[in-house]
Formats: sequence, structure tokens, C-alpha cells
Amino acid sequence: MLIALLAEIAAQGAEHGEAGKPAFPPFETWHMPSQLFWLAVLFGILYLALSRVILPKLSDTLEKRSDRIASDLDQAARLNDQATEAQQALELRIAQAKSKARETAEKAREKMDAEMAAETSRVDAEIEKNLEAADERIASLRVKAMKNVEQIAIDTADAIVGRFGVSASKSELKKAVTAALE
Amino acid sequence: MNLFMPSIALDPIHQFKVTKWLDFNVGGIDLSFTNASGFMALGVIMTIAFFGVAASKGQLVPSRLQSLAEIGYGFVADLVRGTAGEEGLKFFPFVFTLFFFVFFANMIGMVPYAFTTTSHIIVTSALALLVIAIVIGYGFYKNGFKFLKLFAPSGAPLPIYFILIPIEVISFFARPLTLSLRLFANMLAGHIMLKLFAGFVVSLIAAGGAYVIIAPFAFAMGVALNALELLVAGLQAYVFAILTCVYLNDALHPAH
Repeated sequence: MLIALLAEIAAQGAEHGEAGKPAFPPFETWHMPSQLFWLAVLFGILYLALSRVILPKLSDTLEKRSDRIASDLDQAARLNDQATEAQQALELRIAQAKSKARETAEKAREKMDAEMAAETSRVDAEIEKNLEAADERIASLRVKAMKNVEQIAIDTADAIVGRFGVSASKSELKKAVTAALE
Repeated sequence: MNLFMPSIALDPIHQFKVTKWLDFNVGGIDLSFTNASGFMALGVIMTIAFFGVAASKGQLVPSRLQSLAEIGYGFVADLVRGTAGEEGLKFFPFVFTLFFFVFFANMIGMVPYAFTTTSHIIVTSALALLVIAIVIGYGFYKNGFKFLKLFAPSGAPLPIYFILIPIEVISFFARPLTLSLRLFANMLAGHIMLKLFAGFVVSLIAAGGAYVIIAPFAFAMGVALNALELLVAGLQAYVFAILTCVYLNDALHPAH
């Protein structure tokens, strides 16, 4: 459709041109040298301005920016590494501190256990000693009591014998009591 | 279909008329500064002003304007790198200039009463011939006669070359033609359509009566066409630039 339109325009343009009326302007020849001349001048100016001044500046800016981004990313990665390292060091320190604390607690408990054992054994020994002393005393009291029993028996026997009107010597009484006690 | 309506306001061709602003004659050749030159200069000044201001500060954290310029820079750089490879970047300033020259010319053309520089075939064909001249010149400069391998891709059986080489030669020399005509025809036809539909609105209302009812439809069509032409204006600049890169790629790597 457009081609048909163009063809018609061209045909009519030519027709009118021949008839002295306005020709189809893009096919007029009088302005072509001027069009070419100004195109060359203006395109040249635009090319020089862009290629010599503006584009280098733009590309410079873009390059600077990408450099900056790259260096910033590098720095971020480095800082991240440092942070990771620091964290690992911290974790190590925490673990060390924990194990040290555990050790200290263990030692303290052991020490207390030992002290308690010592105290217990000391107290046990003292009790033992007291018991022994008490046993000895009981034994001596028993001996003493037994002696008293003998004496009482002798005295009693003497008194009983005396009631029967018989006198006996002390040694005889003692011998008899001892025999009876055994 | 009579496109030449009596009134100039309704004449869709009138917008392409070149008028002299300043007479300028060198050795009998008319090099007058015309409205075409004026709007071309406007485009160039706007491009330089935009990128000049945007690039001037060179901030590490870009402002909006600088960001926009950097997006443009990245867009064209990716375009060149994508089609012509890393080596193609030596033509980056050229492709960048070409893209924004055409882009600003097309966009300025979208403003009512503005002149569309790229709607003249002499301009588009000059640009296309410049591209092809660079392709041929650089192709021979870099590859010597190996550049001619472009016309004879390796790996085909011998008889095929008798057909292949003429086809390749014709397609190569058709390039400046298609490159220039594509841009020229798109801009020309688009602006004629815009003017026609805008003109319809005026004519229909002037006709009065029942015609007035149709006028809003023509107006809606004009609005839709404006959106389409805005797209075409950007797209054709892009197409011109990417095809330039494709052709430059042939000069850089002819033995594909």
C-alpha cells in the first residue's frame, strides 16, 4: 500500500513538476548539493564532538565506575575474610576458656574431696582413739569391779562364817572365794 | 486519489518542501542554508547539548541525565559488540554518531511543523553510501584481496559458486539502496499518512453535516498513527545502526 502510495506521489510529483507546479520535493535536484554539503558539515561536527570529547568522557566515567565497583567488592571480600578469621579466633578463645574453666572446677572438686577425706579420716581416727580409751577404761573398771567383787565376797564370806562362830584367816577366805569364782 | 488538494494546509507533500533560509553560493553551486539544513543543525546541536551536558560532570553516582546518556552509550556499545564483535568497537563512535543523528532527526520530525531531515532520499542515500564506502575501504585495507571472499563463502560445491557469487555480489550492492530507501520511505510515508489523517479531520469538519460524525474516527486514527510513527522513528534509527554494524562485521570478518 505504501509503495503504491509512493509511486503515485512520485508520478504526480513528476507530472506536476513538468506542468510547472511544485514537484515532489525529495526528488527535486536544486537543493541536493546544499543538502549534501550541510550533511557533511553537520555530520562531521557531530562525529568530531562525539568521538573526540563526549564519548571518551562517558567511557572514562563508566570505566572509573566499574573500577571503583571492582575495588569496593575486593575490599568487601577482604573485610569479610578478616571478620571470618576474627570470629574463628574468638570461637577458639571461647573453647579454650571453657576447657580451662572445666579444669579449674575439676581441680577444686578434687581438692575438696581430698580435704573431706582427710578430715573424715582424722575424725574417724579420733573417734577410734576415744573408743579405745573408753574400752580400756571399761576394762580397767571391770577389773577393778571384779576386785571389789572378790573383796566383797571375802568380806561377806567372813561375815557369814563369823555368824556360824567360826573364824577363818584372810588367806583361807581368799583362797576359797577365788576357787568359788572360778 | 488526488493527494494534491488546493489548500497548502491540506497538502501532505508540502511538509517536505525545501525552502532557503540563507543564500549561500560557492563557485556557482547552490549551498544555501535551507530549512532542511536548519533542522539537521538543530538535531546535531541537541545531540551535542544532551550528551555534552550529561557527560560533563562524570559523576560516579550518575544523575538522571547522565544515566540516560550512559544507557544510550551502553545500548549502542552492546549493539556494536553483539553484531560486529569486540573488534567492531573501533567503529563505535561512528555507529553512535549515525544512530543518534538519525534518531534525533526522526524524533524532531515528529514535532508538528518541524522538517524531517531523513525524509529526503539524498540524505539517507548519502549516509548509506558513507557506510558502504567505509565497509569497502576498511574491508580492503584490513583483509586485502581476501575481502573478496565475502562473495564466495567457503564450503559450497564448485558449480554452486556460479550462482552463488552473482547473488552475493548483487546482494552486496543492493545494500546501500535498501539501507537508504528503507529509512527514506518509512519517514516519508509515515509523515504523509499523519498529514492525510490530520487533514481528513479538517476537511470533514469543513464539509459539515453528517461528515462531522466521521471526523473523530479520523482524529483517533491520527493519534494512533502518531504513536506508530514515534515507534517507527526510533525503530528505523535502530535498524539503520544495526545494519551498519552487520555490514561492518563483513568488513571485519569477510570469510564467514
